[in-house]
Amino acid sequence: MARDFFREKNVLEVQTAILARYGVTEPTISSFRTDSGHYLQTSPEFQMKRLLAAGAPSIYQICPAFRQGEEGRNHNPEFVILEWYRLGFDSLQLMHEVAELVDLILGSGEYHYLTVGHLLETEFDVDVHRDSDLRLAEVARDQGLDGIVGRSDGVDFLVATALRRLPSERVFITKFPVDQAALAKTEVEGKEVVADRFELVIHGIEVANGYHELTDADELQRRMDADNREREDSGLPILGRDPFLLASMREGLPACAGVAVGLDRLLALAGDHDSLSEVMAFPFDRV
Amino acid sequence: MTAYSTNEFRSGLKVLLEGEPCSILQNEFVKPGKGQAFNRVRFRNLKSGRVWERTFKSGESIEAADVMDLDMQYLYTDGEFWHFMRTDGSYEQVAANRAAVATAKDWLKEEDVLSVTLWNDDPISVTPPNFVELEVSETDPGMRGDTAQGGSKPAELSTGAVIKVPLFVEVGDVIRVDTRNGEYVGRSKD
Repeated sequence: MARDFFREKNVLEVQTAILARYGVTEPTISSFRTDSGHYLQTSPEFQMKRLLAAGAPSIYQICPAFRQGEEGRNHNPEFVILEWYRLGFDSLQLMHEVAELVDLILGSGEYHYLTVGHLLETEFDVDVHRDSDLRLAEVARDQGLDGIVGRSDGVDFLVATALRRLPSERVFITKFPVDQAALAKTEVEGKEVVADRFELVIHGIEVANGYHELTDADELQRRMDADNREREDSGLPILGRDPFLLASMREGLPACAGVAVGLDRLLALAGDHDSLSEVMAFPFDRV
Repeated sequence: MTAYSTNEFRSGLKVLLEGEPCSILQNEFVKPGKGQAFNRVRFRNLKSGRVWERTFKSGESIEAADVMDLDMQYLYTDGEFWHFMRTDGSYEQVAANRAAVATAKDWLKEEDVLSVTLWNDDPISVTPPNFVELEVSETDPGMRGDTAQGGSKPAELSTGAVIKVPLFVEVGDVIRVDTRNGEYVGRSKD
């Protein structure tokens, strides 16, 4: 179904390496590392971007991805990603295409659009861009978060909590705080700088995560270094910056938007299943 | 002092939360794609029976609670304490206060064996069997032949509990009661 969808749109299917010498630096994502010092991909993003920089047209891929320690009703350490990149698209165009694909799999539905700022303001009366770290931590604590709470923990927790109470079934959450930009461009929205990133949440479950892609190699390098400083502070292993990706970005990544869809989650939703293990032949606790 | 990390959380695990012994009911792993991972956990406070929800950053630990469930035989009450004896042949006894037997005391019949929850060797709650057989000590006179559905009347049982029974039940009858909802199930066959 997905393949027909992309064929019609002239998006080319590609395959990239699953095992690579460099892993993702994001501190909240833990890669599986092999004895040889290689990493299993947590997403095909880096190599797909290298293809785009080398002149590929819009591309997609269906592939396994691996994240250590992510196990639960909506998580399995090995899962299937459907990821695609559209040259010249912005976030809104890509969100519309995600909705088209989701309609194909779940049946058509209505989509709502909410910024993170608006979501947290309506739910918790919090200004995610301006309120102090202290206030954010305090509100998170009031909502039942235990332990030592930093700013981004507080925001993550409040977003996760708010997603359980969304008023409608299919919601695109947009405009994330800059410290959660990952590989998205930042933009000025009113008086705030926000990350041009979106997530599609269906029945409280995150199904897709997309970016208006960052194309600036220097900024990418700064973010990787910031990730590694954070890793160091939290006692996590430091990861080398992927020089291949950085070199490709310096050559020039064309303006594009990209998105990753959790296919297993989408299938679970399509079948009204409570848990990913119901749609996986071999969930992690049985392999 | 033992502690459990969030990745060891599973239902039934006994932990200390705000100094109170709790049992984990449900543990859900929550993680935004690009964010901190959390464990959203539902606990039952073993003393009050209340359900609490708390969220922890994944990887944090909480202290274990020394809690045991033991089968014990109910002996008697002196009005202030309810006395139970171990069934493992040690004849060791414990005394539970009113709070610990709060929900169970209506169903305690001497010599019955039930589950007693001990925290640091102190009884904190008592769980009666799902069904108990108790004698009716007081009720309005029975109306024989009236076995049709619909009619019910209050009856006091030997433990002092008052429940609704069908009209044909008489003083001296031994009836079976579901302790989870306090409902009449039927007359005892013996």
